[in-house]
Amino acid sequence: MSNIKYILGLFEDPDDMMHGIDQLQKNNISIYDVFTPMPIHGIEDKLGVKRSRLPIVAFCCGITGTITALSLMYFTMAVDWPMNIGGKPNFALPDFIPITFELTVLFCAFGMVGAFFFKNHFFPGRAPRVMELRASADRFVIAIEANKGFDADKIDSLLKEAGAIEIKHNDRKYVSYE
Amino acid sequence: MGAHLQTYNFSEQFDFSGKVKTLSIVAILVGIAAIAYGFISGHAERTFLNLLLMSYYFTCVCAAGLFFLAVQFVAQAGWSAGLLRVPQAFARVLPFASLILIAVVTTGLLTHNLYHHWAEEGLSDPNSPNYDALIAGKSAYLNVPFFITRLVIFLASYSFFAVLITKLSTNEDLIGGLSSYKRSIKNSAIFLVIFGFTTPIWAFDVIMSLEAHWFSTMFGWYNFAAMWVSGMATIAITVILLRKAGYLGWLNESHLHDLGKFVFAFSIFWTYIWFSQFLLIYYANIPEETVYFYKRWEPKFLPYFWLNLVVNFLAPLLILMTRDAKRKANVLLAICIILVCGHWLDYYMMIMPGTLGEESGFGIIEIGTALGFVGLFAFSMLTSLSKVSLAPKNHPFLEESINHHI
Repeated sequence: MSNIKYILGLFEDPDDMMHGIDQLQKNNISIYDVFTPMPIHGIEDKLGVKRSRLPIVAFCCGITGTITALSLMYFTMAVDWPMNIGGKPNFALPDFIPITFELTVLFCAFGMVGAFFFKNHFFPGRAPRVMELRASADRFVIAIEANKGFDADKIDSLLKEAGAIEIKHNDRKYVSYE
Repeated sequence: MGAHLQTYNFSEQFDFSGKVKTLSIVAILVGIAAIAYGFISGHAERTFLNLLLMSYYFTCVCAAGLFFLAVQFVAQAGWSAGLLRVPQAFARVLPFASLILIAVVTTGLLTHNLYHHWAEEGLSDPNSPNYDALIAGKSAYLNVPFFITRLVIFLASYSFFAVLITKLSTNEDLIGGLSSYKRSIKNSAIFLVIFGFTTPIWAFDVIMSLEAHWFSTMFGWYNFAAMWVSGMATIAITVILLRKAGYLGWLNESHLHDLGKFVFAFSIFWTYIWFSQFLLIYYANIPEETVYFYKRWEPKFLPYFWLNLVVNFLAPLLILMTRDAKRKANVLLAICIILVCGHWLDYYMMIMPGTLGEESGFGIIEIGTALGFVGLFAFSMLTSLSKVSLAPKNHPFLEESINHHI
């Protein structure tokens, strides 16, 4: 008993799982995470999941792209090697807008993908870490972290009552390292 | 979970009376007075150009309502089902708006107040002192009978689909089932093809031919973008004001969010098209093309040239960028009103510098005509809205729309 690290409640029905979340929250049992094979509306609010900070990353990367493009073109076209192109000023801003836009989008897209991969530990050669394999197939899973002084029996019975068809006591966080 | 169909009264109808009705009638009267003042004080051309601007704007907003409807049907969108009666009310006004536009264009053309750049006597006669080789070269396309025929055919076909698609929806209320929905999809697809090919030509004819020497292939899409933004903004304003008046209780902030996304995205699209047209002309630097921006760069118009970009690009970009702003009704309402005024300025900048030039102005005629058409739009649109229930109660995606959550 003492080496339980996580309790997983596996549900067949999303409504039962939502009911299970309500029951656990009513008993002040904090939920570590919930895994579902499909998106469920309103579950973020229920679990108090904070909004993603990815837009901030997108903004910062985008503005970096804008500054990079403008400063590169300013340096090359107006300072380092000024050329007369079509009688325009050396730093003809309208001409540089398309490239600035493209570089903004490029930096923004790569930055967002990179930040997402970094945050989620995704990179080539890395085996995926999963708490319950069937959460991507046909099971709705509530995971509860075994903190100090937790009552496994009570959690089990709450999950059972809510309609869990299987309860797992795992002694390690991830089931698959392969 | 979620709301259920029984909770709402989908048969509720908009009650068009009281202060709103009085105000819209007062606005129409102000408009008539301003137009009469314009003619009496000897500003016939300026009044006609304002009438053209506002009747074109009015028709464009109604056509954008129909376009929105058609896009929703073709995409089989679910989220918008609960608010479809608003664009349907726009679409039902389209035949009326088309008649006004045709009347203004035809009388303006025949009294030589509009389009005299290409419609004067002798422009294509080599022996006439008026002879203009460029206009003569275009006379196979730009001549009065063909011009009016095109305009009438385009607007008649849009009006035909407007009546057809709105009728299918009211039919659906009565008989239920999926047959109306399926026919709406088919007719919307046909309409979109016709609309897509003819709106650029419509814009070339009605607005671009005011300066018949100049041409730009981007101009049609530029006008389409302006039409779509102002149409979406007007739909959002109508929805928000109806909600403030206690109607459309089944819509939530997710619907506003989606409307806000449309307004935001197509403001950027408008800027993209505006800038594409500008950049090509700036970069090529061919006198026959740059003349357009040369006129708008005159000291009289330069501040408005920049204001146009600030109001129609920077304002929605900076204010509507965040998710929260799109979900707050008051913020969205404010920015939509700014955009509707901004696209008036956009049309003003398309029409006035190339026609009146230094004689143009901003005064009683401009404000009065604009007010008059706003009143006319509000009156006709709300009258048609009040005739049917505020939700298409047998729409197959109504339940999905009520539970819309993003």
